[in-house]
Amino acid sequence: MSGSELDARRMLCPMPVIRTQEKVEQLQAGDTLTVFCSDPGAIHDIPAWCRVNGHEVLDIQQQGEEITIRLRVGEE
Amino acid sequence: MSEPRKAVALISGGLDSLLAAKVIQEQGIHVEGINFYTGFCVEGHTHAIRKKDRARPKRNNALWVAEQLGIKLHIIDIIEEYKDVVINPKHGYGANLNPCLDCKVFMVQKARQWIEAKGFDFIITGEVIGQRPMSQRKDTLPVISRESGADELLLRPLCAKNLEPTRPEREGWVDRDRLHGFEGRTRKPQMALAASFGFEDYAQPAGGCCFLTDKQYSHKLADLWKARGERRYELDDIMLLKVGRHIRPRPNFKMIIGREEGENRFLQGYRKQYTHMLTTSHPGPLVLIDGDAGPDDLELAAQITARFSQGRDADSVDIEVHIPGGEVHSLQVQPMPGAAIPRDWYL
Repeated sequence: MSGSELDARRMLCPMPVIRTQEKVEQLQAGDTLTVFCSDPGAIHDIPAWCRVNGHEVLDIQQQGEEITIRLRVGEE
Repeated sequence: MSEPRKAVALISGGLDSLLAAKVIQEQGIHVEGINFYTGFCVEGHTHAIRKKDRARPKRNNALWVAEQLGIKLHIIDIIEEYKDVVINPKHGYGANLNPCLDCKVFMVQKARQWIEAKGFDFIITGEVIGQRPMSQRKDTLPVISRESGADELLLRPLCAKNLEPTRPEREGWVDRDRLHGFEGRTRKPQMALAASFGFEDYAQPAGGCCFLTDKQYSHKLADLWKARGERRYELDDIMLLKVGRHIRPRPNFKMIIGREEGENRFLQGYRKQYTHMLTTSHPGPLVLIDGDAGPDDLELAAQITARFSQGRDADSVDIEVHIPGGEVHSLQVQPMPGAAIPRDWYL
C-alpha cells in the first residue's frame, strides 16, 4: 500500500474530480491519495465522487484558498 | 442465476437522464453512469469564480444524480476530441454555436466505445421526442443511433414506446411495457414520474447545461475566431470567455476585465501568459490583454481600465502594464468616460 499525491490547484470542477479519477485508476485498493486543489467545489465533488465509486475520504483540510483531500482507494 | 444485463446511462445531471436510468434500474439491470466534460459545461465554473456565487450551494448535478440512483459515475474528459464537434459540425449549429446533433452523436459514439471496452450490453439516454428543437426530434433520433454506431443498442426509456423496439426490448433484456411514450416539450410526465420515484430537488437548468446555447457566450466565441482569423480554441480560451467583462476596442486586441474580487483572483492565474494591467493609484480590476497590442493600444486600454477602477472620476489614474517576461511600464491616464465607450465594443 502506498501514498500518492495529485496537484489539482487552479483547476475548476469537474477537472479535479476527473484527474482524481484518472489517478485512482492507476492505484490499488487500500492505497491513499492526497489531492491538493483550490476550487471550493472540490470539497463537495471529490467526496461525492468517492461515495458513488466506493472510495473513502479520510480527511479534508482547508487553509485559506488551499484545499487538501485525502482518500483511500476502495475495492473495485 | 445468470448475471444481470449491464447498461451505461448518459448522465447530464438533469431530470430526464435521472429518470431514464431509474426506469431501467427498476427492471433489474445493472446501470452505471457516464458523464462527458466538454469544457463548455455550465456547472461549477462561474460558481467557483465569482465571489457573490460562492455562498450558493454547490454540487455537481451528475454526481448528485448518481448518488440518488446509487450507481457509479464515470466522468470523462473529452475536451480535445470535442473541438472538432464545435468547429466542424456536420449537421450545423442551433440558434447559437450549439452543435447539439453532432454533440449527441459524438457522445453516444463515445458511450458505444465505452460499453465495448467494459463489456456492457446497451446504452440509455434520457432523450424525449420533441423535447429539444435540434437533437431530439422524431427525424433526428435515428440519425444519432445510426451515426454513433450504437444502432439498436441505444435505448431511450422515456420515449421508447414511440420508437421501433431496440435490441434490449426484442431480446427481452428489458420489458417494453414498462417503458414510456413521452413526447413533446411538456415536462409534466417527467415531473409526475419523478414524484412517483420520490425524487425532489433535481436540477432543471433553464438554458440547458452547455454554454454554447448561450447567445452572449457564443458571440464571444465567434469574436475570438474572427479576431484570430481561424476557428480554433484552447481550454484556457473557453474558460476565459466565462469570466469578466470582455471589451474589444480594436480588432487586434481585446480586454478581459475582472468584475469583482473572485474574478480578479481567477484572472491572476493568467498573468504570466498575458499582458495585464492594474491600477496602482486607486483600487481597480485586473485586466488581461488578449491579442497583439502596441503602445497606442495599451494607452487606450489603460484609459478603459481606469474607467472601471475606483478612480473613474479622478483627473488621472496610475496604471502598471506587465508584459510577459517581466517587463513593467507605468502609465498615467485620464479615465475614459463610460459614455465614450461604444456599445459595440462590449462583447
